[in-house]
Amino acid sequence: MIIIGERINGMFKDIGDALRNKDAKPLQHWALKQEEGGAHYLDVNSGPAVPKEERPEAYEWMVKIIQEVSNLPLCLDSTNYDAIEAGLKHLKRPGMINSVPAERDKIERVFPMAVQYNASLIGLTMDKVGIPKDAENRIVFAMELVAAADEFGLPTDELYIDPLILPCNVAQEHAPEVLEAIRMVKTLSNPAPKTVLGLSNVSQKSPDRHLINRTYLAMAMAAGLDAAIMDANDDDLVDVAATGQILLNKSIYADSYLKVFRQR
Amino acid sequence: MAVALVKERYQSKVGEVVIGATAAEGGTRTSVVKVGGDSTLPFLHFEGKVENRAAIALEVTDVPPAWSDTVKGQYGDVINDPVAWAKKCVEEYNADMIYLKLIGANPEGENRSPEECAKVVKDVLAAVGVPLIVAGCEDPEKDNEVLAAVAEATSGENLLIGIAEQDNYKSITAAAMVHKHNLIARSPLDINICKQLNILISEMGLPLNRIVIDPMIGGLGYGIEYAYSIMERARLGSLANDKMLSMPMICTVGYEANRAKEANASAEEFPGWGDLNDRAILWEALTAAGLLQVGASILLMRNPAAVKLVQQNIADLMEMNA
Repeated sequence: MIIIGERINGMFKDIGDALRNKDAKPLQHWALKQEEGGAHYLDVNSGPAVPKEERPEAYEWMVKIIQEVSNLPLCLDSTNYDAIEAGLKHLKRPGMINSVPAERDKIERVFPMAVQYNASLIGLTMDKVGIPKDAENRIVFAMELVAAADEFGLPTDELYIDPLILPCNVAQEHAPEVLEAIRMVKTLSNPAPKTVLGLSNVSQKSPDRHLINRTYLAMAMAAGLDAAIMDANDDDLVDVAATGQILLNKSIYADSYLKVFRQR
Repeated sequence: MAVALVKERYQSKVGEVVIGATAAEGGTRTSVVKVGGDSTLPFLHFEGKVENRAAIALEVTDVPPAWSDTVKGQYGDVINDPVAWAKKCVEEYNADMIYLKLIGANPEGENRSPEECAKVVKDVLAAVGVPLIVAGCEDPEKDNEVLAAVAEATSGENLLIGIAEQDNYKSITAAAMVHKHNLIARSPLDINICKQLNILISEMGLPLNRIVIDPMIGGLGYGIEYAYSIMERARLGSLANDKMLSMPMICTVGYEANRAKEANASAEEFPGWGDLNDRAILWEALTAAGLLQVGASILLMRNPAAVKLVQQNIADLMEMNA
């Protein structure tokens, strides 16, 4: 289970302020803290804190200052592909691009970029129209993304399909469809694409967010989930990821498995 | 239609352990032995790097052992003198290392003192230039004392010492750490205990590249398949980046193969089994050959004629097949 720490995001007030003030400290603090929590990748998202035209420069800066303190690979999270490319140029180790929808113009921009910079790529099962409700229509988009990987020469196991989970309080019927989509994605190619979720979405604006997150994580892992963008400092949640690895026989059991899972 | 060679891409590799230290490194060895480091399944040169050849350590005991005449006969008089015995193993049989087993420490046998045991180790170190593996008499309490004394007396030599087990690892780990030796971690044919023991040892501060796994093999015909599958699983774990299973593996081939009836019973007793000498050699050689196929890095052996066969087997397997 690959944990992509979600915390370095301009939507959070401390990170937004840090971006506006060019203050490296909060970003570096969260890089280290998430690594300690169990993150394998760090998601990096400026959010709306930086004006569009300044984003390439901002991503370059974020990448540099985070890599000063952490060796974790980075997951560059933006809809602004110039910003992502600016960040990719400064990565010390292969990273991840978050993300591309199944839209032809964006596919043509992002897939070659992933190949050029040896990055993994998150593909979203949606297009301009939006997110489909059922698993079958999510898979239609997933197939387009897998075909694009083949077309542009990205290894299919470097493609992470995100079937897009929605908040369970307002879009409850999506949750089981996403589980089904994860199962189906694993049958699309050999080697199979990987799967990823923006986990915290499932509990947006619900009480007991932590409980909902970790319950869904366990369910999604059983369906074949490979990675999650999630709260790497929710210890109970990371414990679920570690335990899931054991119960799926993906890591060899040892009494200290919870501790070993967090060691880098 | 062209045939595309299927190659697995592995995330990680087996850790490399260095045994022995030359004068430049603070020891007195004339050579060191490196084991592990492979980034592929055993001998699949075409999809990864087979970094180091498997090493053979010949077993020498401080007091004459109760071995079969088929094995003892090949050594002759030196079996009464660990120094001459070790020299013969290196000079005549090309042992990569000496596996010195201090059975004389056994409280129910000669009950030699830790100081006497340390002296034998020093004497063997003075006699040969290859690295040493030193193990006790399998009495946990006595071994803790003996190995602490040995570790101290040989500080700088970078020995491989053993045996650490799940319920008795602390004092020997401390001895290995303080005096900078490598450690054998033994688990009873159980991959979960194997991994946990490595965690416990590393939590005491011994670096992972100073630990060697002893999976406690069974000999041919006596449970070798359990060891085989566990070793294969450990190797796959290390290639998939499971750091707590990424240690090279050591196998007590000589001990396990030679306690089989098939390595000891005469042809008169079992006419269907054929000549004892050939059978004893093959029993040990085949036990070793099988375990090489699942990643054995150090083979602890006894029968010189079997060693010769296995040396040839290793040389053949090290030829490129890319």
